[in-house]
Amino acid sequence: MKKTVVMATLAAIISLGIGTTAVADEPVEVSSLRGHNPIDQDADVPNPKRWQRDRAPIERDYVQQPPLIPHSIEGYNINRKFNKCLTCHSWKNYKSSGATKISQTHFEDRDRNVHANVAARRYFCTQCHVSQVDAEPLVENTFKPVEYIR
Amino acid sequence: MNDSTSKGGLWRALRTPTAKYSLGAVLIVGFVGGIVFWGGFNTAMEATNTEKFCISCHEMHDNVYQEYKTTIHYANRSGVRATCPDCHVPKEWVHKVVRKIQASNELYHKALGTIDTPEKFEAKRLELAGNVWRAMKKTDSRECRNCHDFESMDYTKQGRRAMRAHEEGLAGGMTCIDCHKGIAHQLPDMHDVDPSAVVGETQ
Repeated sequence: MKKTVVMATLAAIISLGIGTTAVADEPVEVSSLRGHNPIDQDADVPNPKRWQRDRAPIERDYVQQPPLIPHSIEGYNINRKFNKCLTCHSWKNYKSSGATKISQTHFEDRDRNVHANVAARRYFCTQCHVSQVDAEPLVENTFKPVEYIR
Repeated sequence: MNDSTSKGGLWRALRTPTAKYSLGAVLIVGFVGGIVFWGGFNTAMEATNTEKFCISCHEMHDNVYQEYKTTIHYANRSGVRATCPDCHVPKEWVHKVVRKIQASNELYHKALGTIDTPEKFEAKRLELAGNVWRAMKKTDSRECRNCHDFESMDYTKQGRRAMRAHEEGLAGGMTCIDCHKGIAHQLPDMHDVDPSAVVGETQ
């Protein structure tokens, strides 16, 4: 009995050893997020993108497109207590600020009830409306806007 | 000296001309003493006009200071910083002393623990922000203008939104704080200030 146990243990150790050697022999390609830089050297610094300068409203490319934000929104907060965007774009403020007013659709909740103030599901502006930076397109794009909204 | 220890003696001693010291000695001691006292007073006051002093209280360090650290007045491309006292303490002496006397109320509330938790601070935020807005409005945003001078602003170098707003603001007699609220700290709940800029039904 004792002999059997010893033999089994030895067999296990040997097979384990063989297994490990086999794995170690295969070259492993692991690429971390910091690239192939040696650990004692700095990682590649991504080229920081800059906000585009303020400009006139940007034309839409398709009918349902949420209009792009033609200005920087750095430091603008949207939370439960206030929405920085609406201090210019709300129906109360757009005239004095000269901003585009938010669409009438933004007052409608998911049950189609129209509210007196912006609906919760349309409150987080940057879910759909995005600001622009000076980045080049990552892939080639041949999209053309439809004729009748140009 | 015996007179000064008896009843009413101190007042008499102060009123009686000194017979022991020359007028010159009294003047020199008074002059030097005055310089030391005044220097000490101003040094002590300036020591309370530092960011380090402000954030030595956890109320400032854990709330407003953390918010300020994310803003352009803390870190920016040119490395010019506006610290707490640059905006919250007047530069001119008279206004500064008036503000320092008002600050005794802040010490009182520090002792009471009026805003010693984030929840208490948040509940008071609108009132506290309102105090600063009102003070800024009253002084025509004096502390902003220590650095941001309307006269020296070149609108043509600004973005189109800023150019338009500054031109209209100057003509309309507005002051910095009218638009630039919540630029260094989080805004309070704006339901009572501008309900159209907050989610939820208007009252």
